[in-house]
This record gives sequence, structure tokens and C-alpha cells, in this order.
Amino acid sequence: METSFAITGKDYIIVAADTTAARSIVKMKTDDDKIKVVSPHLLMSYSGEPGDTIQFSEFVERNLRLFHIRNNYSLRPSAAASWIRRSLAQSLRSRKPYSVNLMLSGYDVTTDTPHLFWIDYLGTMTEVPFGAHGYGSYFALSLLDRYHNPEATLEEGIETLKRCIDEVAKRLIVSPGKYIVKVVDKDGTRVIEI
Amino acid sequence: MSIMEYNGGSVIAMVGKDCVAIASDLRLGNQALGISSNFQKIFPVTDRIYLGLPGLATDVTTLREVFRFRVNMYTIKEEREIEPETFAHLVSSTLYERRFGPYFIEPVMAGLSKVATGGFKPFIAATDLIGCLNFAKDFVVAGTASSKLYGAAEGLWEPDLEPEQLFETISQTMLNAVDRDAYSGWGVVVHVIEKDKITTRTLKGRMD
Repeated sequence: METSFAITGKDYIIVAADTTAARSIVKMKTDDDKIKVVSPHLLMSYSGEPGDTIQFSEFVERNLRLFHIRNNYSLRPSAAASWIRRSLAQSLRSRKPYSVNLMLSGYDVTTDTPHLFWIDYLGTMTEVPFGAHGYGSYFALSLLDRYHNPEATLEEGIETLKRCIDEVAKRLIVSPGKYIVKVVDKDGTRVIEI
Repeated sequence: MSIMEYNGGSVIAMVGKDCVAIASDLRLGNQALGISSNFQKIFPVTDRIYLGLPGLATDVTTLREVFRFRVNMYTIKEEREIEPETFAHLVSSTLYERRFGPYFIEPVMAGLSKVATGGFKPFIAATDLIGCLNFAKDFVVAGTASSKLYGAAEGLWEPDLEPEQLFETISQTMLNAVDRDAYSGWGVVVHVIEKDKITTRTLKGRMD
């Protein structure tokens, strides 16, 4: 089942999401990228109802781009998170709410700090040092309580992430096979191989 | 599975001698799974009013934004700060506007209101999720640990507590009540409001 993690470190955030697109009991795709680069220093990992996820993430991406074109600067992570949360909260009380859970990971270039926001389809938002969505969260969160270090280097952060992935692979019946991992830091976003 | 208990969380407010206190836990969960141990549910409204919003977390954030907007509009139009009694009715009518599709929040407010002689009078109030006001002279509780908070507060509270004693009373009430509730806890924040000073303290609580 769909699983995603995000871990903040000293000056970066690592985001990992599984790459399976499933429909009922069938794996339709095993290289699906569920982490969208929504602006130069912002990553959004999403999961949920298949059609809604793509529709909503593209809606977010285009609106953040529109803001940049109009104002000539990008929204900072907390401002972008508030806007996304409000979109979901308004959608929740509409005829057909978006069923999308997400984590927004951003590097604030004005203060040189990483920020991670955990948001669910209800519009619940909170800033966290590490977060997870999906069935994997039941295993990863307790593991991260023990091993997360906010001062860790990127290499140490990746080691912690691997622990999460291994634990989920070991204990979860419906564990995903492959993950895509991205990092956001002062240089922007990039994909890393683990 | 009630929507009011989906994220967990509790708030309490108490009256003292020329002071009031309001406290909440810091947990945000998804049913039994804890997500955050730093989710604030109490927000300053003016220099002398604090508002606690236990209930569904999405509505905590939404209502905080709604009240910030409405209080700002009131301040601009009236050219003065809102009084706690007035604010309580603003909360009540804002919730009743959504009578048949409510916000899942039971607000608790605490503040000091101006009196004609120039001093201040303690004020606390709470409402249900559709805005039925409950003014109390001693304490008000809300949230998933409300039943336990009633018991603890009933035993510990007494009239005319000084600010420091009130802080101790509300802290012990909160800490002991949330330890008996699986959906509340993970730390406590306490605000004590006096006429010229607000003291905010974060308490360590059990992390299980």
C-alpha cells in the first residue's frame, strides 16, 4: 500500500515515496513518481485517490507558479503549506472533496532553515521534524522517534531513511518494493539513489 | 468512532483572584496514532483574551483563521479591542452560522474584562460545537479528556487562588486528567492571564 516518509536534517529534508500505482490487487505501474517539485525549493509527496492526487498536485503546482509570475518571488514553505491546507479544508466541505494526503518539504532560502509540513485530506496541518503517511507510518514513526537526529548530516539522514524502508519491508504484509528518494536543500531539489 | 475524538486533545480554563488560566495538551493524533507533540490549540485573541479550540484539527486551524479575521474587523470598525463577553457571543454566532453542518470544535475562552471602576474582572466561557454558551464562575473543560478534567478540577479548584497557586492547580488538573486519556497528553501548555502580564509555560508530560 502507499507509503511515504520525510525526514528533516540540519540543512536539508529527505523525502521518500513508494513507486507503485495499484488498482485493486493489481500493480499497474512500478515507477510512478509521487513526489512533485512544486517550486524550486519545495517538494510535495502525495498519496490518496488516484485521480485526485494528480489533479490536486497539478493545481497546487500551477497556482504556486502563478504566484511567482505575478509577484516575482516564490511563496515560502509555511505560506505555501497554509495555502494548500486551506484548499483542502475548503474542498472537504464541498460536494466532492479531494482525497489527498501529502507532506510538503521546503527549504526556506531567506532564513536557511528546512521545514516539513504534514497535511492530510481533512486539512489537518502540523509542522513536524519527521513524518509519514500510509501503512508505513505505523512502523516508521516509532522508529524515527528513536533514531531521528535534527542535526544529522545528509549521509546519516539517508541511513535513518534506509532503516525505515527496511523495517516496512520486513514487517508490513503489503509492503511496497521500490521507493523514489528526493532531497531539498539550499541548492534546490534533486533525486538521489539509495 | 466519533469525529470529535478523531485527533484528540483537551482544554481547560479556570478563574482565580484577579486572574484567569487556560491550559491545553499538545497532542495531535490520527485516532490512536500520534502524529505531533507540538500542536497548539490555544491562541491569543487580544492582550487579555485567549481562545482554546479542542476538537477536529482541521477546524482548529480554520476557526483560528476565521476568528483572527473577525476580531481584526471588529477592532478596525469599533476602533477598540473586543471585550471577552462580546467575543464569547462572536464565537457563539460564528458556530451557530454552521448549525446544520458544524465545525467540530468546542471552544473554551478565558480573559479579563474591563469594569466601570477601571479594574478587571475574570471571565471564562465555553460553548458546544453549535455555539451554545456556558458561562462559569469556577472552571470550564472541553475535549476528549473532559470527563476526567471535571473530576480533577472539582477536587483541586478553590475560590480566590493567586496567580501562582492557580498555575499549580490548573497544571496538576491537566497533567493528571490527560494521563487517564489515551487521546490527550504529550505535553501541556499553560497560560496565566493577569491585568498587566501573561505567563506562558510549557509542561513536560508523560510521552505514552
